Amino acid sequence: MTAVEVETIEQAPEPIVPGAPPPQPLWIDFWRGIADDNPVLIQMLGLCPTMAISNQVKNGLGMGAATLFVLVFSSLFISLLRKIIPTEVRLATYILIIATFVTIADLVMQAYSPLLSRTLGPFVPLIVVNCIILGRAEAFAGKVKPSRALMDALGQGLGFTLALTFMCIVREVLGSGTFLGVSVFGPHYEPWVFMIMPPGGFLTMGLMFLAMGWWGERKKAQLNAQLVGVAR
Amino acid sequence: MSGHEHSHGASSSPTPDAGSSTARLLFTLAFFGALGGGILAYTYQKTLPPIRKFAAEKVEVAVKEVLGGPAKLDTLYLVAGKLSRTPPAGVDLLDAEKVFMGLNANGERIGVAVEDAAPGFANDVRLMVGFNPTTGALTGFKVLAQSETPGLGDKIERDTVFQNRFIGKLANPLKGDKNPTTDPSTVQTITGATITSKAVIKVINKAVGTWKPRFEAYEKEGGK
Repeated sequence: MTAVEVETIEQAPEPIVPGAPPPQPLWIDFWRGIADDNPVLIQMLGLCPTMAISNQVKNGLGMGAATLFVLVFSSLFISLLRKIIPTEVRLATYILIIATFVTIADLVMQAYSPLLSRTLGPFVPLIVVNCIILGRAEAFAGKVKPSRALMDALGQGLGFTLALTFMCIVREVLGSGTFLGVSVFGPHYEPWVFMIMPPGGFLTMGLMFLAMGWWGERKKAQLNAQLVGVAR
Repeated sequence: MSGHEHSHGASSSPTPDAGSSTARLLFTLAFFGALGGGILAYTYQKTLPPIRKFAAEKVEVAVKEVLGGPAKLDTLYLVAGKLSRTPPAGVDLLDAEKVFMGLNANGERIGVAVEDAAPGFANDVRLMVGFNPTTGALTGFKVLAQSETPGLGDKIERDTVFQNRFIGKLANPLKGDKNPTTDPSTVQTITGATITSKAVIKVINKAVGTWKPRFEAYEKEGGK
């Protein structure tokens, strides 16, 4: 096949899939998951692992990496196979693909990072039922071409990791007085043990949602002010 | 592939035109199931050696801890109901039923350690139990696996005061009491975690009860 032919094939318009997301530049597909449509802070998905394992930065990074891995590979495969998978069994097939990657991630973690695997415990196998992953498969990856699905998965995965790690930093620094296990405030700091327990998690998460909501409102107000300015 | 979609809800009878054929649906699911299974079988085989290596290291650390840091470790395997230095044929060493012997620098035995489990409050409590096979006195225990209530039952894993109460006690058999005691075969249980404490005692009694007679038989036959 010559280069010209490849180009014409690539430029052929995508057949319209019902409910497909409108076409966007790739960087918007990527950026959406990090800020404007962050899975934890805006979509409020994947809150269970976020709450359960966010008392140590190390856990947050490990969980974020595992979720990012599963999200990227399952989105990519689902997008590549979207024309082969019949609509009637798409959800069952998505779950099969997702469960395969989750089990790979779980086994690899047990083999090469056993201590992390032990602290994350059941939350690694539970990535299978994380709504972020099936949500992206159903709403996005199953309806767009692989390049868009990949950028979206990277954005959503990093967005999840960032939100999760931020929460871990707040909880570990205040609750244990350490950052990645290294003492931050010195020996005279009395840790707020409450922060590494569930109530501290709920409090941190609530404050994060509050900050995000405030930021969103402010952005909306600025946009309105601009529009009023234009109208005048 | 047909581009038409005629969905009239569940009441419409399935026609070849109303979507994909049953055979295609079955084939798709079977294909992805088999593909996923194949990939996982390969990953499992590749990750098994490091996972097992880590499990073996974990057991060794636990054995050394419950025997109070022996200079040397020896292993005896259970073959046809008797203890033997040669492992049973055809069984993975990690899965074989065995007892670890701790020796001091002069080669004298300071205790033996075995793994055992019993149901706790939530799930099985799995321990490494160390004891002196001659006197039946405990040298310590370490929790290998548990899923007891956080903050109450899981104290058996971290509460060194509770753990140290077992050292020197006689499992003939061991009993639990909620009050402090000086009885040589009674230990004080953890407040709020009586069932889990009793599970620990049960595991210890089971381990000592099963392995002490085996050890005595082994020594009577001249084993060292």
